[in-house]
Amino acid sequence: MTARIGVVTFPGSLDDRDTQRAIKLAGAEPVALWHKDKDLKQVDAVVLPGGFSYGDYLRTGAISRFSPVMETVIEQAKSGMPVLGICNGFQILTEAHLLPGGMLGNDHLHFICRDQKLRVENADTAWTVDYESGQEIHVPLKNMDGRYVADERTLDMLEAEGRVAFRYVDFNPNGSLRDIAGITNEAGNVVGLMPHPEHAVEPLIGSGRTDGLPFFTSILKKLVNA
Amino acid sequence: MSRTPLDTVEHAAETPDVELPWAELGLKKDEYERVVEILGRRPTGAELAMYSVMWSEHCSYKSSKVHLKQFGEKAPQSDALLVGIGENAGVVDVGQGYAVTFKVESHNHPSYVEPYQGAATGVGGIVRDIIAMGARPVAVVDPLRFGAADHPDTKRVLPGVVAGIGGYGNCLGLPNIGGEVVFDACYQGNPLVNAGAIGVMRHEDIHLAKASGAGNKVILYGARTGGDGIGGASILASETFDDAKPSKRPAVQVGDPFQEKLLIECTLEAFAEKLVVGIQDLGAAGLSCATSELASNGSGGMRVTLDDVPLRDSTLSPEEILMSESQERMCAVVEPEKVDRFLEICDKWDVIATVIGEVTDGDRLEIYWHGGKIVDVDPRTVAHDGPVYERPYARPSWQDALQADDANKLPRPATSDELKDQVLKLVGSPNQASKSWITSQYDHFVQGNTVLAQPEDSGMIRIDEESGLGVAIATDGNGRYTKLDPYHGAQLALAEAYRNVATTGAKPLAVSDCLNFGSPEDPAVMWQFAEAIRGLADACQQLGTPVTGGNVSLYNQTGEAAIHPTPVVAVLGVIDDVARRTPVAFQEEGQLLYLLGETREEFGGSAWSQVVHDHLGGLPPQVDLERERLLGEILISASRDGMIDSAHDLSDGGLVQAVVESALLGGKGARLVVPDGLDAFTFLLSESAGRAIVAIPRSEEVRFNDMCGARGLPVTRIGVVDGDAVEVQGEFTLTLAELRTAHEGTIPALLA
Repeated sequence: MTARIGVVTFPGSLDDRDTQRAIKLAGAEPVALWHKDKDLKQVDAVVLPGGFSYGDYLRTGAISRFSPVMETVIEQAKSGMPVLGICNGFQILTEAHLLPGGMLGNDHLHFICRDQKLRVENADTAWTVDYESGQEIHVPLKNMDGRYVADERTLDMLEAEGRVAFRYVDFNPNGSLRDIAGITNEAGNVVGLMPHPEHAVEPLIGSGRTDGLPFFTSILKKLVNA
Repeated sequence: MSRTPLDTVEHAAETPDVELPWAELGLKKDEYERVVEILGRRPTGAELAMYSVMWSEHCSYKSSKVHLKQFGEKAPQSDALLVGIGENAGVVDVGQGYAVTFKVESHNHPSYVEPYQGAATGVGGIVRDIIAMGARPVAVVDPLRFGAADHPDTKRVLPGVVAGIGGYGNCLGLPNIGGEVVFDACYQGNPLVNAGAIGVMRHEDIHLAKASGAGNKVILYGARTGGDGIGGASILASETFDDAKPSKRPAVQVGDPFQEKLLIECTLEAFAEKLVVGIQDLGAAGLSCATSELASNGSGGMRVTLDDVPLRDSTLSPEEILMSESQERMCAVVEPEKVDRFLEICDKWDVIATVIGEVTDGDRLEIYWHGGKIVDVDPRTVAHDGPVYERPYARPSWQDALQADDANKLPRPATSDELKDQVLKLVGSPNQASKSWITSQYDHFVQGNTVLAQPEDSGMIRIDEESGLGVAIATDGNGRYTKLDPYHGAQLALAEAYRNVATTGAKPLAVSDCLNFGSPEDPAVMWQFAEAIRGLADACQQLGTPVTGGNVSLYNQTGEAAIHPTPVVAVLGVIDDVARRTPVAFQEEGQLLYLLGETREEFGGSAWSQVVHDHLGGLPPQVDLERERLLGEILISASRDGMIDSAHDLSDGGLVQAVVESALLGGKGARLVVPDGLDAFTFLLSESAGRAIVAIPRSEEVRFNDMCGARGLPVTRIGVVDGDAVEVQGEFTLTLAELRTAHEGTIPALLA
């Protein structure tokens, strides 16, 4: 038996198919979920993929957060279902208050697309158990609004509780506070990050590395062993 | 209060003496008289709007048609061509049941007026052309040309254009995998913003722009129609910029990439359920173009009720609705019993869709407004029977003097130190410098199929995950070469794009072109145009790569000064297994460097002559298309059989530019030895065509040499991949750090 992992398509989602492919390559079963549908089709975990849902109009993730599907995602996440938010998905998770803080426009005011070096700071979340803590990986990053911000108290709390899951190394591509690239909730089931692990799963494609695949093998391991 | 009566067909017939603003709408007197002759009466305001916009240079190709037909007449026999010139985009068979559609277009004038929106809607337009063929768009490329890199206005135009391309393309989820950025003072008032797109479909999914089957419904879907871009096609694209005229800013359309993304998904879903008989995107000339083209390509006529068009601005007149170039709209022809399902899919994607008319069994295009018939025309006279001009052309008087001003006679570096300085200056010059500040603003990862992206020689996309089948695309065009010799310059553009595709291991199949020139009313420009087309058509015939479509952009001229004639050529290639692709970067130290092809003293139009001497004169490099074909075959075979680990085409900047790029990308240096019979300067900086460098594992050296020997391609061993510097033995050494600073620092310093 393998795990069923849902991937939500919002209007304007772009990396939904890529994420489904990454889930399949990891050996799990991808399940397409539709934003207007509250039904999660009995999936074991959900990925909110990257893109420009609702054109990023108003504020990134601000409209998607009110999609019917998100009602169920929020409810289930609170009772422990693993949820991963990638890029726009991360933005939606902060808008939904499943993760603290928020994202502003990149400090240099340009869209940036690059192969980004990260350090895995927390290898105990549902989505990172196949990494080692402190491991450095390269994962593509591409965004316009990737600057993670939160008040000092929240940042201190995240640091103290080990909830900074990923940090930018060598180069901070967007001005994120404390070089934060991704964070987790207290329980470790909800993770959000700006870089795109689904673009680093095949040796030939994209960045030419497979450093992102452990995200998807991690969740599979977690779910199948559970 | 008096009301002007609606200008119906009936009213027009009754009031033959009413003066219409045909001149303001861009028609010439004889063109207007021809409209009257066709209709047998004066046109209504709405008809005049349609004819004026459809008969503009931009839509009718009236100055270029007589020359463009050579692409058809000289088209090589090709089994690969499924749909040729004349549709929204050409379609090529790439095997395994897949078809690929691709096209390059210009959005030059709007991008100068309003860089962000001009460039953004350029991407939007070319992508809709691809969807209209039935294909899922899989990649975009952007060949760009700007004025001098250090000119203040370049800092206004370039960042806006780049942000616009990124803002639109990134939001659509299309990887940007190629293109070029060229700077030259000749483009100062006329930047060239060309945009290309590729789409993939199965053979059976090809769709065409035609309305057939009486009773079938015409559905307009996508964005509401507003007042943007009214007259854009006829006014913006057909007149030279002139300081005395008022600002044309409102005539540039505004894009909404989110709406276009929904349009893509909803259209593809309708295709998948086989709901669409014919389809056309709304671009230049908006509804005028879509209705007249759909109707004239089909078997019947069409009746449209303009009142049903969803509007963003309820005060628009029927003429304005017909001319509006509001973006993100498409028009589909659907059988009556499938209309409900089509509308359901649009609703699923929150796309507004409205039945605005139907196909009739007549042969007229009739358009109604408030119950009155305001258009009654033969659609063919609007869409296809526009004026055709045989513009006079003549070789300019200055051409001989230009060619006589031989770049080979320019002073060359006298010492090794001087050569070293010039090389460093060259690789750091704006045209030769790294463009990563620009390309990093484009998403090249999305869709998860990008195998190669800029700065590779060609962009490459996997189209089948199981078999590894992929396609490659490269765009090239050297305005300096083409100015020196339009016939051969156009051929060199094709040769370079063809070579770039082959260098990555893909087999070149077909061509799309974007022909950017000055005013066709200048006989010298018209001569350049005629010569470039003749050269390109001849070369396509010889290389066996048919032109499948493209675009002509004229009037790229400010006052008397035209841009360099700039045909941009896109070559599409296919590769059986993307795992066999060849990258530019050096992979392993110790690998042997070989130069393929012959090096002559050829500096006319070269980057060296521009950077060191600010010179343009002489003749461009010789063209040998048979050599290009042979070189291509060798590169493809070597890639397929795993004989080479990296390869780079030699073009502007010559061998040293290519070696530096491969070294910096791979993080590995090279030791070079000047071959017998060549001086270091010519070896490093000549721009002879038909050449590439390859890096070969030592174990493959004999096999590779045997293959080249057997096929008669001259090859020369020039060195080895090694160390952390580029060393030219007996001449100079430049460390990778020095080279990187020069190569990567230039563009951010100028533009960031």
